Amino acid sequence: MSEYVGHDQNGASVGLVEKQFFTFAGPKNPFSLESGASINPVTIAYETCGTLNQDKSNAVFVLHALSGDSHVAGYYKTDDAKPGWWDIMVGPGKGIDTDKYFVICSNILGSCMGSTGPASVNPATKREYGTDFPMITIGDMVRAQKALVDHLGIKRLLAVVGGSVGGMQVLEWCVRYPDMVAAAVPLASTCRHSALAIAFNEVARQSIMADPNWCSGHYYGRTKPGMGLAIARMIGHITYLSDESMRMKFGRRLQNKSALSFGFGAEFQVESYLQYQGNKFIERFDANSFLFITKAADYFDLAREHGKGSLVKAFSKCSARFLVVSYTSDWLYPTYQSREMVTAMKKNNLDVSFCEIKAQWGHDAFLLPNEKLDHLMKGFLNRVAHESTPI
Amino acid sequence: MWPMNPLRYDLQIIASWITPGARVLELGCGEGDLLRWLKQNRQVLERGIEIKETKVVKCIEKGISVLQGDINTEIMDYPDNAFDFAICSQTLQQVYDPVFLIQSMLRVAGRCVVSFPNFGHYRIRSQLMFSGCAPVSRELPHEWYDTPNIRVLSLRDFENFARQAGFKLLKKAAINTKNHQMEGKIVTFLPNLFATYGIFLIGHP
Repeated sequence: MSEYVGHDQNGASVGLVEKQFFTFAGPKNPFSLESGASINPVTIAYETCGTLNQDKSNAVFVLHALSGDSHVAGYYKTDDAKPGWWDIMVGPGKGIDTDKYFVICSNILGSCMGSTGPASVNPATKREYGTDFPMITIGDMVRAQKALVDHLGIKRLLAVVGGSVGGMQVLEWCVRYPDMVAAAVPLASTCRHSALAIAFNEVARQSIMADPNWCSGHYYGRTKPGMGLAIARMIGHITYLSDESMRMKFGRRLQNKSALSFGFGAEFQVESYLQYQGNKFIERFDANSFLFITKAADYFDLAREHGKGSLVKAFSKCSARFLVVSYTSDWLYPTYQSREMVTAMKKNNLDVSFCEIKAQWGHDAFLLPNEKLDHLMKGFLNRVAHESTPI
Repeated sequence: MWPMNPLRYDLQIIASWITPGARVLELGCGEGDLLRWLKQNRQVLERGIEIKETKVVKCIEKGISVLQGDINTEIMDYPDNAFDFAICSQTLQQVYDPVFLIQSMLRVAGRCVVSFPNFGHYRIRSQLMFSGCAPVSRELPHEWYDTPNIRVLSLRDFENFARQAGFKLLKKAAINTKNHQMEGKIVTFLPNLFATYGIFLIGHP
């Protein structure tokens, strides 16, 4: 997902938030992974906003996408330049209303924003895991999130909400822990990557691994594979946009010049934009985390994991109410993939609402201000808060 | 947050046929007025299908479970007898294959309700008779070239059709509406001539 952090138009904000850490699993009780490997300890960085009510029934877990973090809304310091990544959706009176709901957001396992990942120190070797970090899955990420929810003493989440790879975690939560999820909102997501999505991820990974500074993943303390990661990010950004949004945003306009220079510098605005995004990304993200998380997303296949190949069977374990949202111009996770999950949910007689929002901004649309999404989210959460039966 | 508007007269008739606590599927539910009324006043379990994005947003905003899609294809995913009632209000005249649709409705629900504007109404007959032009009325307000109503049928047409297709008509109401359809009355005298709408409750043969 892109970084479309915007300040709220009306100035509404959850205010100051604090990044917290939860560490679990030790040498005697390591966290075992779906691959068969295990790790310890596991640290999960998380943030909360709003207030958990007396019976702990108003928790909404927001699940971030590929490059996100636990900083979903608000500010760490009063002079922060930017609020959290979904500040337009999470806050007082917003789509996910922090006056009503207790919002949790944690950094996914394998990432590099405070949770355990390939850049963490392996206690066995006393140096960074690098590519010795075991392969993780979306299921492993969700199992770590479940440990956090248990730690917070919450028996059941009112809702799990997430877009893109966050939407995969939403689906995994519903299928893996059906009794712990009252409602679920997968946005611009899929039950499994198409060949197209895997193809883009593979090109992105290859660009990292082809960077001479990658050194088979053991580059910590040395020069980072910045060029490889920047190119990977540029590829990602192309898939997050759409033909229409790129035409509107850039067209064939030139960057700071009026004539072609007949060279290989960044001349077109779209070139300059991609280079800027790539360079900005390497300042904050770890190349190995990018490899591990994209691979986990490619491996994700809800039907194979939970339904012996049948999506209908996979959803047969669910009891959550669903709001599924797709975007007309999203070609990374097109609407047909959302409809596929809706069909499987209907065949199980599940309560599912679905809306395909008209938007020109491609896959990224779910992160951009959209009044319709605000209304959908607000109405849906309000309904499930009133209708879900107490635990 | 959303004031409850009074129900349109034809929807009031339909609502009166729905048993409390029933599972109800509405095809072409618009902005969800009927489902919302049934949910609040008859405690039904509601599901709607609507093709227009802006209307779907309105429904979900009001707290109604609705999914966006084409009624003809969306109905196919539901298991048999998933509902007690399937409702298709004022849309049948726009459906390409009404036999298939009603059969599908009867597959997913024990009973189904359909309603449509009556093409046998005397004003429509007289328009064609005296002006020689395709009729345009309050109930059928479109010109021949822009109408979404690809089927024109009268109450008698539908009863003949139901008999041939083997649909059992459990209840029927011929109504005459006024004041933007908010008010109306049941027509008992020559309904195919004086009713503006027909509403039918259909069951398994």
